[in-house]
Amino acid sequence: MRNLWIFINRYNAFFFFVIFFTIGLALCVKNNAYQRSVAINSTNAVVGTAYERLNVIKRYLYLGRINDSLSAENAQLKTALLNARNTDSLATIKVTDSVYQEQYNLFAAKVIKNSINLRNNFITINKGTLEGVRKDMAVISPTKGVIGFVADVSPHFSIIRSLLNKETLISVVLKKNNTFGSLVWGDKNFDIRRAFVKEIPNHVVVRMGDTIVTSGAGGFPKGIEVGKISKTGVSTGDNFMTLEVALFNDFSTLQYVYLIKDRLADEQKQLEAALPNEH
Amino acid sequence: MNTKLIFINIARWLLLLFVQIFLLRNIGFYNLSTPFVYALFILILPFNLPNLALYLLAFFTGLTMDAFYDTMGVHISACVLMAFSRIIFISISLNRDSIDEPEPSLGNMGFKWFGLYALVCIFMHHLAVFFLEAFKLNEFSYTLGRVLISTIFTFFVVLLVEFTFHNRKSA
Repeated sequence: MRNLWIFINRYNAFFFFVIFFTIGLALCVKNNAYQRSVAINSTNAVVGTAYERLNVIKRYLYLGRINDSLSAENAQLKTALLNARNTDSLATIKVTDSVYQEQYNLFAAKVIKNSINLRNNFITINKGTLEGVRKDMAVISPTKGVIGFVADVSPHFSIIRSLLNKETLISVVLKKNNTFGSLVWGDKNFDIRRAFVKEIPNHVVVRMGDTIVTSGAGGFPKGIEVGKISKTGVSTGDNFMTLEVALFNDFSTLQYVYLIKDRLADEQKQLEAALPNEH
Repeated sequence: MNTKLIFINIARWLLLLFVQIFLLRNIGFYNLSTPFVYALFILILPFNLPNLALYLLAFFTGLTMDAFYDTMGVHISACVLMAFSRIIFISISLNRDSIDEPEPSLGNMGFKWFGLYALVCIFMHHLAVFFLEAFKLNEFSYTLGRVLISTIFTFFVVLLVEFTFHNRKSA
């Protein structure tokens, strides 16, 4: 017993290393498996507040750019409004489709922390459960393009798993012929302005510059513009092809995001859960 | 002397972590190279620190980094691995009894020893960070590239910091 104690004491550096390294690895594995179930991250009150303080200064520097994007958006909305009033047909049919009118509800949130340099990037925003943010809500950019999904929420903050993450997979379609595919980022490409669309069948004719929009599955409303195809010849060797997409939104200057509240999400999920092969 | 050393280290911890989290987190070359200069704190902790205290400090530093980077476990493992490499490197390269400097900084130890020491420890740290972050091996060459380029980046910033603040004795 005494010899054992002397032995352990002599090589204590190694034994301590094994103990602490195991704790670290265990946390790592747990976090990878259960999607940020550990409480110490940037939804935490201390960390979140620190980031928010700093962001006040940072946002000031970006004011000009934010103004530009807001006025561009205003112009877009005003155009839509003007066009909506100028109906030139005499007979108008009124459709009371209350279900579809009320399905989606958007609200804005400020980005208080954003990362683009990592393999798996997350964004922290200043809205939480108190403002109605729920896990798995879809998030879009204020101008054009998709951001990701809500991964974790606390009362005042939430974390978004952005598109720039190996876990994120967004269902998209080619705008011109509605071919389904999935939008992913990564696979030896870590340019934040490029992503890939996978699982497009080989027989579909695709041209450079074709627009990619969301398909309507998985929380995003149908038809949100994601990006333009920038490269078509990314071969995978099976019956599907991979397309490279130039994203419309710039993750590096993100200051505001829109969260999408889907009123029918639960109903859709419930229905789809009954099918054994869907997710 | 001892209390002074403790205060210096606390101040160094706060400063390095602050710079790392609020400044260096936003710096990177095309997603290839990200500096983790906060590792300097573990590099130049005093020689006479017990191993357990060294591991606890490394663990706590890693935990703080993980909280701000949202990468639970990655930096903890990396810092602990780095503390281990530090102990091994020092025990191989130096004679325990002949150490008369308080801490292994550039000014105390000279460029040749400190350069190799920093390079080895930073490489081990980055190896753990990038591979645990990727968490799979099918991007192996890419991840290894990130490790190497980031090691060089961090190494140069560490040398820069050391030349700026610790040049009293060697001059």
